[in-house]
Amino acid sequence: MNETPTKREYLLPPKTNVGVIGWLKTNLFSNWHNSLLTFLLVALLAWLLPPLIRWAFIDSLWNSSAEACRNIDGACWSVIPNNLRFIILGFFPEGEEWRPIVAMLLLLGLVIYSKERSRWRKSLGWLWLANIIVMGSLMHGGVFGLSVVETSQWSGLPLTLLLSFFGMIVAYPFGILLALGRRSNMPTIKTMCVTYIEMIRGVPLISMLFMSSIMFPLFLPEGVTIDKVLRALIAIILFTAAYIAEVVRGGLQAMPRGQYEAADSLGLNYSQTMRLIILPQALKIVIPPSVGILLSVFKDTSLVVIIALFDVLKTTMVTLSNPEWGRYSTESYIFLALLYFCFCYAMSSYSRKLEKELDTGY
Amino acid sequence: MKLTKSIVFALSLGLILVSFAHAGKDLDTVKDKGFIQTGVNGSVFGFGMPDEKGNWAGLDVDTARAVAAAIFGDASKVKFTPLSAQQRFTALQSGEIDILTRNATRTLSRETQLGLNFVTVNYYDGQGFMIAKDAGITSAKQLDGATVCVLPGTTTEQNAADFFRTNKMKWKPVVIESTAELAKTFFAGRCDVLTSDASQLAGARAKAANRDDYVILPEIISKEPLAPAVRHGDDQFRDIVDFSVLAMINAEELGITSKNVDEMLKSTNPAIKRFLGVSAGNGKALGLDEKWAYNIIKQVGNYGEVFEKNVGINTTLGIERGLNALWTNGGLMYSPPFK
Amino acid sequence: MKPEASPAAANTHETKVPFWRDSEKRSIVIQIVALIIVTGVSYYLFTNTQANLARQSIATGFGFLEKEASFEIGESLITYSAADSYAKALLVGALNTLKVAFIGIILTTIIGTLIGIARLSSNWLLSKLAATFIEVMQNIPVLLQLFFWYAIFYESFPSPRQALNPIKGVFLCNRGFIFAVPEAHSAHTVMGWLFVLALIVGWFINRWGHKRQNLTGQPFPAGRITVAAAILLPAFAWLAYGAPTAMDMPALRGFNFQGGVTISPEFAALLLGLVLYTSAFVAEIVRAGIQSIGRGQIEAAMAIALKPSKVLQLVILPQALRVIIPPLTSQMLNLTKNSSLAIAIGYADFVAVANTTINQTGQAIEGVALIMVVYLFFSLSTSIFMNWYNKRMALVER
Repeated sequence: MNETPTKREYLLPPKTNVGVIGWLKTNLFSNWHNSLLTFLLVALLAWLLPPLIRWAFIDSLWNSSAEACRNIDGACWSVIPNNLRFIILGFFPEGEEWRPIVAMLLLLGLVIYSKERSRWRKSLGWLWLANIIVMGSLMHGGVFGLSVVETSQWSGLPLTLLLSFFGMIVAYPFGILLALGRRSNMPTIKTMCVTYIEMIRGVPLISMLFMSSIMFPLFLPEGVTIDKVLRALIAIILFTAAYIAEVVRGGLQAMPRGQYEAADSLGLNYSQTMRLIILPQALKIVIPPSVGILLSVFKDTSLVVIIALFDVLKTTMVTLSNPEWGRYSTESYIFLALLYFCFCYAMSSYSRKLEKELDTGY
Repeated sequence: MKLTKSIVFALSLGLILVSFAHAGKDLDTVKDKGFIQTGVNGSVFGFGMPDEKGNWAGLDVDTARAVAAAIFGDASKVKFTPLSAQQRFTALQSGEIDILTRNATRTLSRETQLGLNFVTVNYYDGQGFMIAKDAGITSAKQLDGATVCVLPGTTTEQNAADFFRTNKMKWKPVVIESTAELAKTFFAGRCDVLTSDASQLAGARAKAANRDDYVILPEIISKEPLAPAVRHGDDQFRDIVDFSVLAMINAEELGITSKNVDEMLKSTNPAIKRFLGVSAGNGKALGLDEKWAYNIIKQVGNYGEVFEKNVGINTTLGIERGLNALWTNGGLMYSPPFK
Repeated sequence: MKPEASPAAANTHETKVPFWRDSEKRSIVIQIVALIIVTGVSYYLFTNTQANLARQSIATGFGFLEKEASFEIGESLITYSAADSYAKALLVGALNTLKVAFIGIILTTIIGTLIGIARLSSNWLLSKLAATFIEVMQNIPVLLQLFFWYAIFYESFPSPRQALNPIKGVFLCNRGFIFAVPEAHSAHTVMGWLFVLALIVGWFINRWGHKRQNLTGQPFPAGRITVAAAILLPAFAWLAYGAPTAMDMPALRGFNFQGGVTISPEFAALLLGLVLYTSAFVAEIVRAGIQSIGRGQIEAAMAIALKPSKVLQLVILPQALRVIIPPLTSQMLNLTKNSSLAIAIGYADFVAVANTTINQTGQAIEGVALIMVVYLFFSLSTSIFMNWYNKRMALVER
């Protein structure tokens, strides 16, 4: 065999099996019904996309007054820049806008920092705690010469983040306790935990929010009131804890019996067994589904609209109550959808990545 | 342990947000706090809604500011809690708010069964119908078979049901919680008719692409005296809220505005002198500073000013005074003497 | 006491284990303490509530259920008017919730499965479109999606006077989707019963056929016979009654269409929003279920010369379903619970009606309690049914 270049060329696969054509052939036109499907889908996209693009980009206005928007056919994105401050920050006092923005950036930075598994050490917990205190002081004020901002003025995106992240953080230990209670061999404790978990999981979040907004005040003794935001937060915590409990229970059940027996044989008591042996392993397994819960809590906080809390969806809706901008709801909702999508997509892809990483180790 | 610490931290943070009000006099509570917490609508333009900077504006908002001006001499010492129709009375009953200025209709059952005291009406409203002009309808009696957009859970919904029942007409309600969404739905043609308080119809009409395409039918099917409310139990506080509203009306009767109030201090008219606290007495009687009425007018304005600023003919709402004119101009706004 | 336990007991007595080290006694103490705390807190809240209710003279009890509701409800499966009681209004709401949940669950299962399969398609474009759909739907709050769909429904369809009329008796406008249905006739009841009868008989034939196949190896076309019976029996009944063809035609009279059946935009938007949102989750579940089956299983099935349809029916589905059903159940429950968001777009579901009731009567506790009880009932009955079904599927395992 003489290795001439012509010979080598001869060995290459047919042109239709490689490169763009090959890719098209295997992925889009592998047989007649696949080809038909591709044509149908392309036709569908060709029918849908051009008018959409025309509406969103060509005929649209991006930064104009409301009057200018009245005479166009396309989207009036101007509603966003004109109301952005209120949509994102709501009632936070003028001149103090930097505080919630810094707090949100801190949270974002910390979340990004915590992504790396190599950084999951005890110090990270302290960092979170310190950060929460800093964020709390930034939002609430009253220290370092910052003016006090009532929780009733916390609104927009900071409120959404507060309800979801803080709700999740507080609900987690509660959820772990419930999960341990459900796996306990003490019948009373077990019954109480099972009842609680199943009851909460059986009702919609909105009923819990109704409870927080119209029933909680009746539960308290005369003269004691709990702030509206906190009441909603409590409802979200109570609700989320039940879901966390189920996720954690999954992790606990995945622990082989040998782990418990080994701990027993070392003479560890219950709390030592749980703290040192079981929970560290079980919690590691359940991190991906926990991120999933955070994701759904984040989305579900939008329900506080119904009890008139000013989260980012409500501030958008209030903007739409203004006669000037009322007709551009589609644009506003799309903006908001993008905002939610960015947060949620980041979280869900992270959760999947983590799942893959942790999966190989097992 | 980390868990325990974070729980303790969460609890202590929680405690900051739980407020223990004094059981007893509402006025003392308010004075101790240094501000008034008031419940407002939050999404009704012209009555209680934040502007794009997050500052509250509206007729109800200014009413609350007037109370703050009377008690603290500073109209800015007021904080707003936006409430849904469902929450508003519970919030007042539980002490979460001190006064409710959220376009609430005064009714017998609310006054008695909910443990509330309504004070002087700050807006006389009535329920009406709005319809597209090209439907060719001139009276609400022709609405048989119509689809009607209505806010749920308010007196409005019941009034509409009663109206159609008494006139033996069929209808289909479309009920949507948010005022903004409801108006949008109507303009898109989901319903034939929008029914609401006339003031809100005006607000909705301002949102239409072409407001002249819509007409408000002549029938007003209900009486809706919208008034601020306080809890039962502190009559002094009730009096202050009541007379803060009345002071704005009285000032308009006397021709005192926020612009001329300083000159009026020099007036020789005994009624004005008493009203502005130049001759002492009124303030002491209410347990307030003698300047209380002066502060209201100076910082908030008289009723006419507040009305014109928020909902009047030159605003987007463009509402005429009508029933809300002074009694001398054929309206219902009437203040008892301030002596 | 067992005899062999006594030396141990004696031994314990000797060493005197303090009670906090005795796990049995300790657990009793812990349980008692927990019970006391829970009862104490409940009692505290209860007395507070009692005092508050008394102080504010708020009415209590469920007496209001008998009173006249005096509000109208947009759509109802049973006859209802403002003169009926609150109890009946709430029943209308509950039925509306059931309606949207029932139809939603069926559609979600179908659409979710299709998208899940599309996600695994060898067609790159289809697979990517399915993936985009799943990501977009999963990552936007369902409430926002509902607002969006509702706006689309009432904004892009014409008014009743310009209603689209694609075929005779079908109208599309911003009042909904209105279509003609056969006029009520006594034949319909008979047809309905015959259909049910055919299904029941078919079920027994199927069982008998299976038994026979297990004994003799002879297959029996039970499925085809059942389908034929279910179609032919009602058809014969229809002919026997003189083949009534009168239709209840919708017509524009006054403001709205009269006659026919109307699917309101609120219902359509709620259904669409819930179905699309939930089907994105179902698609992922279905995909995971199908991917969980080893390639070897399919190859083995093909090796014993099963037809592709039989491979799906006998090998893939029974195993995939076992993976799919538990998470699918919780998605079905999520759909039912999310239907409570109807309140935001004006569909008269149970929460919306209860909300109006709370507003009118001021009895928040009873109202919220009713909401919780009704949803608990829905949830528990759905999970009982799905658990039963799951057990049945699990039995396939030997």
